[in-house]
Amino acid sequence: MKEEIMNSSASAEVIDKKKENNDKRKIISKNLNFYYGNVIALKNISMDIPANRVTALIGPSGCGKSTFLRTLNRMNELIDGVRIEGEIIIDGQNIYDPSVDVVELRKRIGMIFQKSNPFPKSVYENVAFGLRIGGFGKKSKSDIDEIVERSLKSAAIWDEVKDRLDESALGLSGGQQQRLCIARALAIEPKIILMDEPASALDPLSTAKIEELIHQLKQNYTIVIVTHNMQQAARVSDMTAFFYLGELIEFDRTTKIFTNPSKKQTEDYVTGRFG
Amino acid sequence: MKKFFKTGDLFIWLTGMGLGISLIMISGLLVLILMNGKDYFWASEIVEVIQKDGSKVFGNQISREIVPLLNLPDTLKDKDINRIQLKIGNRDLYGFDFQWIDERDISKVNLPDYAATIERMEFGNFYGQITEILVEGSTTVKGTEAVQIEIDKYVDYANNIRSEIKALEKSDIGRINYNIEELRLEIKNIEYYEKDIKKRSSKIAAIEKQIDDENNKYQTLKVKVDSLTANASRYSINVQDASGRSKIIPLISIVRVYYPNIMSFGSKLVFTLTKIQEFIFDDPRESNTEGGVFPAIFGTVLMVLLMSIVVVPFGVLAALYIREYAKQGVLVRIVRIAVNNLAGVPSIVFGVFGLGFFIYFVGGTIDQLFYPEKLPTPTWGTGGILWASLTLSLLTMPVVIVATEEALAAIPRGVREAAMALGATKWQVVRKIVLPAATPGILTGLILAMARAAGEVAPLMITGVVKLAPSLPFDAYAPFFHLDRKFMHLGFHIYDVGFQSPNVEAAMPMVYTTTLLLILIVVLLNITAMVIRANLRKKYKSSTF
Repeated sequence: MKEEIMNSSASAEVIDKKKENNDKRKIISKNLNFYYGNVIALKNISMDIPANRVTALIGPSGCGKSTFLRTLNRMNELIDGVRIEGEIIIDGQNIYDPSVDVVELRKRIGMIFQKSNPFPKSVYENVAFGLRIGGFGKKSKSDIDEIVERSLKSAAIWDEVKDRLDESALGLSGGQQQRLCIARALAIEPKIILMDEPASALDPLSTAKIEELIHQLKQNYTIVIVTHNMQQAARVSDMTAFFYLGELIEFDRTTKIFTNPSKKQTEDYVTGRFG
Repeated sequence: MKKFFKTGDLFIWLTGMGLGISLIMISGLLVLILMNGKDYFWASEIVEVIQKDGSKVFGNQISREIVPLLNLPDTLKDKDINRIQLKIGNRDLYGFDFQWIDERDISKVNLPDYAATIERMEFGNFYGQITEILVEGSTTVKGTEAVQIEIDKYVDYANNIRSEIKALEKSDIGRINYNIEELRLEIKNIEYYEKDIKKRSSKIAAIEKQIDDENNKYQTLKVKVDSLTANASRYSINVQDASGRSKIIPLISIVRVYYPNIMSFGSKLVFTLTKIQEFIFDDPRESNTEGGVFPAIFGTVLMVLLMSIVVVPFGVLAALYIREYAKQGVLVRIVRIAVNNLAGVPSIVFGVFGLGFFIYFVGGTIDQLFYPEKLPTPTWGTGGILWASLTLSLLTMPVVIVATEEALAAIPRGVREAAMALGATKWQVVRKIVLPAATPGILTGLILAMARAAGEVAPLMITGVVKLAPSLPFDAYAPFFHLDRKFMHLGFHIYDVGFQSPNVEAAMPMVYTTTLLLILIVVLLNITAMVIRANLRKKYKSSTF
């Protein structure tokens, strides 16, 4: 009798898993409105972001794309006087539900910022930070060593820093710092990575390295990237969303957005007629 | 002309001038202090001044100046007449230490080889000619030259006996006094708490017996001390001043004897070093105008350290709350302005607050709760080094809060967001990212606070500083640190020696050297903090502060 129950619950789990796999939608935004005080920044955004794909958010400055990105891991809450309506569903759970622990949520979502922001600590400690602040069980020194090495390798920076792990991260170059930040985000093994114009402050060579990295990472991660650079969006993303004045104008496959957009505004923007 | 103003050259000149004037003022202050303080350490020559009326006097020349016109008869008004100031010492003979002599009255100035400076335990220096050394009243060494050769041996002998007596008094007799005091307190304790009269009297009798034992021990020691004293007081010297008046001085009251006119430059340097050593490591003598300032150094440093231990945690916590946790708004702004203004409140006001709050309220309550048997003699309800340190930490708190807040504000938002995005809680961000990065800035605040605290005098005068503390706040008796004790402080020492001592002019060099020492201690404390800060900066490689 008991076994039966266990079996049934196990099979229920299997079904759940299957459902999740079939359901390729990783992040679902439902009728999302976002306000800074009385100013509305996002108007009724509904979109489904697919798993293991790169989704680019494009649009002119102030269109709400960064705001949208920051609602996905609730970083917007750090600002006073913001208000949100609607739902963001990640892995079947509304992250704005009062029962959700925001700290736990952020541990599942990595974030890369426009300006590289390594901690004033050593390279090693930067990557190990996420592990040390807990929530991942007690990890031994060798475990941490291994994760740090793996993360740095995944972020394609291991060869450059392996001899200077104990030196301050602030001594690295801009491009290296940004990749270090990516390694730092990867170390906590998130499922989703949010990137807020990750290459906008970097030289072309470093940018190419970061883009290459995004290509590799999408095998295992769902990536949402905000970018101003249309060529970059075309190069790295599978899906592209065009935002304008707080509204989602068009969301489709990247090839379609850049070759045959269905909206006039999108076409004007991607062809450089405004923005 | 317009072009000249545009280039800003004038402004560059002005800024340069501002820096220059500051530097000149600071170095001028240091030079003034050094010039005036050097007399204390240098073996100055003894001049024999023979005046036209035939009177003679020994002394150190202190200064030379033009005689004020008011003191001159009309016939001499247009001529520059100089006068010299002599430190003539021999206070017990003359009643004063200094004398002005007009140069027109002087017939001759000699530098006699035989003139000796005799530093004494009391009455200051004696300048004169040592004619004989006496043992039990009868001459042993006779003649100035013979005395010159032999005198060091005798002075060393007497000094050894004196230090032996001092050691006995400090350690053995000090221990006995301490024990007796403890036993007395125990009796008071029993009288206060033990209600059963029979038990009470038997207990008290037992303790009184112990006190008797201690008293017996004291008597044996006293015999020893007396015999040492008697032995030492057999020796004395016969000294003549310039006019030939002689005086017998017991060797036991002599600190050192030297002949500055025949000392080589090298031996004068050695003399200076021994004086510096005495100054730093010895207790003061003669109402603080002679001897060392060790208790004051100890008190100053211990007080500043105690203050730092208190002010840093509280200041940092307050700044953290204001900057990181409190909701920014009107209230926080008012608090911030209030904190800034607190730094401008006169320090004596903090002293009065410390007296009222810490000493009378907190200390008084502690006494009532824990030391009722000692009342009405207060234990904590009187000034002490702990209360003084706490008062000063209130005084310096705004500095630490403001510096810490600046340091916190300088930490980039991006770094905090990055930590938040990794799933760190607010406390983890503060603890692991913000605080380490702000440490150099916090240390800057501490440096400013220490400099302020070390130089503060007014609030200390009513919260526990005394001109002469019988014992240090730290000694060999458990619990070793006696933070309820009164203490000495260099800043107050300067005030006391310079303006409250009976012989202000003689104490002048002491005032200047003490000032120099206080500056050195502040610099030393600051350099220590700066070295720590530089190491931290290197570690984090941030150049924000």
